[in-house]
Amino acid sequence: MEAYVSLFIQAAFVENLALAFFLGMCTFLAVSKRVETAIGLGLAVIAIQVITVPVNYLIYTYLLADGALAWAGMPNIDLSFLGLVSYIGVIAALVQILEMTLDKFFPKLYNALGIFLPLITVNCAILGGTLFMVERQYDFAESVVFGVGSGSGWAIALIALAGIREKLKYSDVPDGLQGLGIAFIIVGLMSLSFMGFSGI
Amino acid sequence: MSETRKVLIDPLVDNNPVTLQMLGICSALAVTTSLLPALLMCLALTSVAALAGAAISALRHRIPNNIRIIVHMTIIASLVILVDQLLKAYAFETSKQLSVFVGLIITNCIVLGRAEAFAMKNGVVLSFIDGLGNGLGYSVILIAVATLRELFGAGTLLGYPVLETVSNGGWYEPNGLMLLPPSAFFIIGLLIWGIRTWRKQQVEKPEYQIHAVHRTEVF
Repeated sequence: MEAYVSLFIQAAFVENLALAFFLGMCTFLAVSKRVETAIGLGLAVIAIQVITVPVNYLIYTYLLADGALAWAGMPNIDLSFLGLVSYIGVIAALVQILEMTLDKFFPKLYNALGIFLPLITVNCAILGGTLFMVERQYDFAESVVFGVGSGSGWAIALIALAGIREKLKYSDVPDGLQGLGIAFIIVGLMSLSFMGFSGI
Repeated sequence: MSETRKVLIDPLVDNNPVTLQMLGICSALAVTTSLLPALLMCLALTSVAALAGAAISALRHRIPNNIRIIVHMTIIASLVILVDQLLKAYAFETSKQLSVFVGLIITNCIVLGRAEAFAMKNGVVLSFIDGLGNGLGYSVILIAVATLRELFGAGTLLGYPVLETVSNGGWYEPNGLMLLPPSAFFIIGLLIWGIRTWRKQQVEKPEYQIHAVHRTEVF
């Protein structure tokens, strides 16, 4: 149990996908102008991350890894080079399914998320989560925890940045730093403070 | 000719994908702690962007509009797999350092963004050059950041000592922060500041103007 808690803390804070690995930066900077949209996108990312990491784990272990097809009587086949195509396919399909489900059963949430749902497909944080899961060889339970942790970490960072940027409109920023420049400096400072979690 | 040149040169500074269009920053900054992996990453991304541009442009009349994103993803993913396998074959040590970030070229917004915005509307050669130009624009930023970080973080460039560090009997005390993630953000932020001071037309309009207080308004 303790191992899972520490894995969660690690994935959410110490190795925050956005602030320590720079994943999902494009969306991170583009969508962090208002807190409400940031919360919507954050929740969508958590949902997708929680589903995709374990599903991709199953695909990797039972179809693609070296010798994974042993259950089908073909122990000598190594399909791991097909990994990237399969993962991105799974992500695109899951995003599509989630979109249709939300549209049918939770139209309110669907409307609130709007364009951000399909954009999650090309969010590097999602694909990055899957690739880290493969590289670090998590087992099924660990990959579920990692999915929850990394998704929430990304969402927390996004919402915090949106909160700060909302206050920024009262500040007098130098011309050249206006907009993107100052956003980078703030993210840098946030990244510094998140590194403080590494002692836990 | 002049249009071809414009397509190639424009993304370097005037329309840089990273500092102006805010694309493709995602995966790249993590590989800039030293110069060699950054160079390899630039090579990988530029070749994928150029080839993907050419391939998508060649197929653009045959791709059905409503499933175009999936087709693009498949083409890009196949190219990335090629690059990934090549790197593993010829530069194994460095490809270990790049870890997941080569795979993440798939979701790099530069590649998909240029496919969507340029390759779907232009010829094969021009799309190839556009991909090349945007890849180079990205490389310029990446190499600048990597040079600064390796030089000041470890005192070396490409592994060769440039600034003699104290631990090796020299004078330079390495700045450890440069090797940590936050410094990449700071460097990019300052780089944007520099470019926008140079090219004034890139400055963003503030969303809110602070109202200058007049003497009569104080009361």
